[in-house]
Amino acid sequence: MTTLASHKNGARRRPFSRPFNWRRAIALTLLAVAIAVSILPFYWVLRTALSSNGSLAANSANLLPADFNLGAFKRVFGLQSASEAIAEGGSGASINFWQYLWNSLLFSGITTACAVFFSSMAAYAFSRLRWKGRDAVFSLFLATMLVPPIFTALPNFLLIKNLGLLNSMLGLVLPYLFMTPFAIFFMRQFFLNMSREVEEAAMLDGAKHWRIFFQIIMPNAAAPIATLALLTFMGQWNEYFWPLLVGTSEESRVLTVGLGVFKSQSPQGAPDWSGLMAATLVSATPVLILFAIFGKRIVNSIGFNGTK
Amino acid sequence: MTTLTKQPDPGLSVPRGPRKSRKRGKPSDGFRGIGDLKVALFFIAPAMVGLILFYLVPTIRGIYLSFTEYSILGDPEWIGARNYERIAKDPLFWNALGVTSEYVVINIVLQTALALGLAILMHRVAKSTLIRGALLMPYLMANVIAALLWFWMLDYQIGIINQIIEWTGLPRVAFFGSEQWAIPTQALINTWRHMGYTALLIFAGLQAIPNSVYEAASIDGSKAVSTFWRITLPLLRPVLVLVLVVTVIGSFQVFDTVAVTTAGGPVNATRVLQFYIYQRAFNEQDFGYGSALAVILFLILAIVAFIQMKFLRGNQSDLD
Repeated sequence: MTTLASHKNGARRRPFSRPFNWRRAIALTLLAVAIAVSILPFYWVLRTALSSNGSLAANSANLLPADFNLGAFKRVFGLQSASEAIAEGGSGASINFWQYLWNSLLFSGITTACAVFFSSMAAYAFSRLRWKGRDAVFSLFLATMLVPPIFTALPNFLLIKNLGLLNSMLGLVLPYLFMTPFAIFFMRQFFLNMSREVEEAAMLDGAKHWRIFFQIIMPNAAAPIATLALLTFMGQWNEYFWPLLVGTSEESRVLTVGLGVFKSQSPQGAPDWSGLMAATLVSATPVLILFAIFGKRIVNSIGFNGTK
Repeated sequence: MTTLTKQPDPGLSVPRGPRKSRKRGKPSDGFRGIGDLKVALFFIAPAMVGLILFYLVPTIRGIYLSFTEYSILGDPEWIGARNYERIAKDPLFWNALGVTSEYVVINIVLQTALALGLAILMHRVAKSTLIRGALLMPYLMANVIAALLWFWMLDYQIGIINQIIEWTGLPRVAFFGSEQWAIPTQALINTWRHMGYTALLIFAGLQAIPNSVYEAASIDGSKAVSTFWRITLPLLRPVLVLVLVVTVIGSFQVFDTVAVTTAGGPVNATRVLQFYIYQRAFNEQDFGYGSALAVILFLILAIVAFIQMKFLRGNQSDLD
């Protein structure tokens, strides 16, 4: 959000009128290399996923899919019989990415909706209300950002275990439901800069705080809430450590954990590379779709430091 | 994305009446007794439950567990500081600390240098959102995905990178299989994933430097190179410190890519701290020892953050 500042001023730009600006050419080439390094691996994943596993070794540098077929995707979604899968280089163990996809969607969706909502509520109290100890309590929330997740993961695992919630969706989402310190910080920063006038007019009309929150504050904050929800969702989608500890049954296994299991089941000497890459692609697709739709919003949120 | 720059906190001053009469620096202004405390309690209640149940209590419990012998079955048994004494003599711990540090150092150097270069390139020749989006792609992928993708591309037998290496006449590299290469390879994966993101953070910092600063410098006859060293870099300090803090803290907690690819091996080459904690606590059911290791990791991170903020003055900008 700090990126819009100094665009117009061309004072430092090198003039375009020179016949050939080789410094600019070198700069553009380097940038192109960086972009290629960032993007080409995704093509290679696609190319491998569309290849038949047996033909990969003989065509390891072929730019197009080696012996094009969709068997890898069938394996990932459990549509191949065990013998078929083994014949094509898979492990034959049952694997069902539809289930993992659904679990990931539930896990990320539920935690995002709840955490963003509850964090916004808290952020409202930390920005628009006046009460004793407000800033001390807010600092306490901020301080939790410094605690490494592994440190709280061990006791949290014990808590979830004692509650009998291991391998359940509830156990998986519980620690993320109530808030994230970053979300509170993010929303508070936005609320602080909102104009008070409408709110005060509503106050004079005798509106209660919860009505102001729902009818004035939240609708006006739709844009930052959307950004925050996107960032939270993608973060949750990519979460691995906690789901690895708590969600190991089929009903609670999310995509990242499923990918790890799929990889470890793959035959050691000759891995099912096309199957693995198909699974990787399936796991990445939802984020890629979100990025295709909301790319600009996501890109512009990077560098947000709450001051602009 | 958690970029905390300390600013004079506008939340402390409570606006009274029309907006223009806002004053700063009078925190007590407007607090009538407890103020909106009751309403506030209602609004922070859910977040408070989360804070207490999943942050505060676990922190205390984690510290307590580190002084016990606990195998999940039965009750924790208080053993004083014995876990810490064992850690001090544990070669696997020192090995973990060593390889993690190696990983952190490679990440800092490689990632910061590449990202800084990229940010300057973007700032100079191309500011389009599309380009920034392309560079951000790897960052949006899960660690597990980045790990598998490179596990395939860097495969010793038929990975494309080793094909290319062979074409240039060099010997193939066992990226994941050799003790010498395993950690640099993990760091490379991480650098690939974070390079664009870090570049975007620095890019945002570059955009925030007002043009008037550069204009003044060019009027004074400053050359491009010296402008970079004497103006751009010092003004970027808060962003660079932030990047360092995020990189170091994140790298110390490397787990996902290691767990999916090398699982600590070959031998102990990638048995990084968090993976070692995971093994002790969950594979060997030694929760007390695992907790003590986690406390040490926590302390290391706290010290690192403190040093970086204190000595690099990351929370102060020279632009103000």
